[in-house]
Amino acid sequence: MKPDKLLLIGGSAGSLQVMLSLLTELGSDFPVPVLVVLHRNSAFDSALEELFFTRTALVTKEVEEKEVPSAGTVYLCPADYHVLVELDHSFSLDYSERVHFSRPSIDVAFRSAADIYGSGTIAVLLSGGNADGAEGLAYVKERGGVTIVQDPMTAEVPYMPQQAITRMQPDHVLPAEAISVVIRGLAAYK
Amino acid sequence: MEFNPIQYEELELLLTDIYKRYGYDFSEYSKASLQRRVYRLFTLDKFPSFAEFRYRLQTDALYFRRFVEEITVNVTEMLRDPSFYRALRTTILPVLATYPFIRIWHAGCATGEEVYSMAILLKEAGLLHKSLLYGTDINPLVIEKARKGIFPVSQMQKYSENYIQSGGLKDFSAYYTANYHLAKFDNSLTGRMIFSTHNLVSDYSFNEFQLILCRNVLIYFERDLQSKVIQLFDNSLENFGFLALGSKESLRFSPIAGRYKQVGKEKIWRKTHEAG
Repeated sequence: MKPDKLLLIGGSAGSLQVMLSLLTELGSDFPVPVLVVLHRNSAFDSALEELFFTRTALVTKEVEEKEVPSAGTVYLCPADYHVLVELDHSFSLDYSERVHFSRPSIDVAFRSAADIYGSGTIAVLLSGGNADGAEGLAYVKERGGVTIVQDPMTAEVPYMPQQAITRMQPDHVLPAEAISVVIRGLAAYK
Repeated sequence: MEFNPIQYEELELLLTDIYKRYGYDFSEYSKASLQRRVYRLFTLDKFPSFAEFRYRLQTDALYFRRFVEEITVNVTEMLRDPSFYRALRTTILPVLATYPFIRIWHAGCATGEEVYSMAILLKEAGLLHKSLLYGTDINPLVIEKARKGIFPVSQMQKYSENYIQSGGLKDFSAYYTANYHLAKFDNSLTGRMIFSTHNLVSDYSFNEFQLILCRNVLIYFERDLQSKVIQLFDNSLENFGFLALGSKESLRFSPIAGRYKQVGKEKIWRKTHEAG
């Protein structure tokens, strides 16, 4: 069955630890698939996947093209590809131009997911040093999804969440440790 | 933030119009990527409404040409994924060397950077004189660029690094002449290349090859079209020839997978026998 919700977590510099704690706190029974859009440098760091795998109770894997997401699985965007969502909820990979110097781009994934999941989209933007994500988050909100931004005061690199707050009004601005509670509530809500 | 006026229904309308008017069939392209590209063009050219965009596409053949140029993804680089090129050097070229004449097809080559990369590898293996490289793309504009062999000088440092990582032992700059911000690649390379437009959706096989490369093209196609295109490659590949795909692409879901064997870790497969 196609899930009707998707949790997206976008982050860049300073977001990895927050992401790992957040995913751990979601627990092994989290009922929604998760797409992680993390800016990464190396084209062949399977170490990152390994790290997610050992730190979270959820199944973690790199997105494969045409894969339909399952609940309780964490999908990592591969280095150097944008990830988009198709009408049948499967993921697509895209090697087009970088957006905000980034591929994968958070904006690209957020926008595309919001087109398909609409109000079932839950998008979280964490620490980072560039403006990627702000526009995507605004689009998620416009499509009726829920938007959560890490409180820049608690972010290792505040620029990215700050850009989002300047650009739009997120539904929640939360310190890192409070995000998982809100997400669990949203994911359980029918 | 503006609501994206080109949702899936609008996209379907456009694709139907285009097929009827121009014969280009985009109906089996992956829609998410295509929708994003079409929306990008719509905003880039500042159309006030979807209706006007649609009308322009229906009535202006020149604008349709721009549409094809802009919605296809033309991002490429020289020696992209150096480990892949290293595998070509060490594993594939020694096999190709045994043929009296080598024919290679780069399908969906965009501006041709990968064709030039291959020509450099062949030259260094002493095989270029008996090789022909065919580069094709749906987009006529990029094919014109590929023919010229002129690329931005600003990319050369990156390409030079890729070259070294791929096992290149020479001075990469020996392959081009820099003039202000442009680098023109050597005529000895261009002389072994044939560029032409070719639509993987509707055009047929046009030769038999020992090596076909099609990297980061299939990701833009839906599964059925992927299978059809792979079938086209199978028809165009000699027995024991090689097929190379992009780093996230696979033959796994294709009906011909059983007749192909992956060579090493890279996305390179060898045809083991013809269809029964």
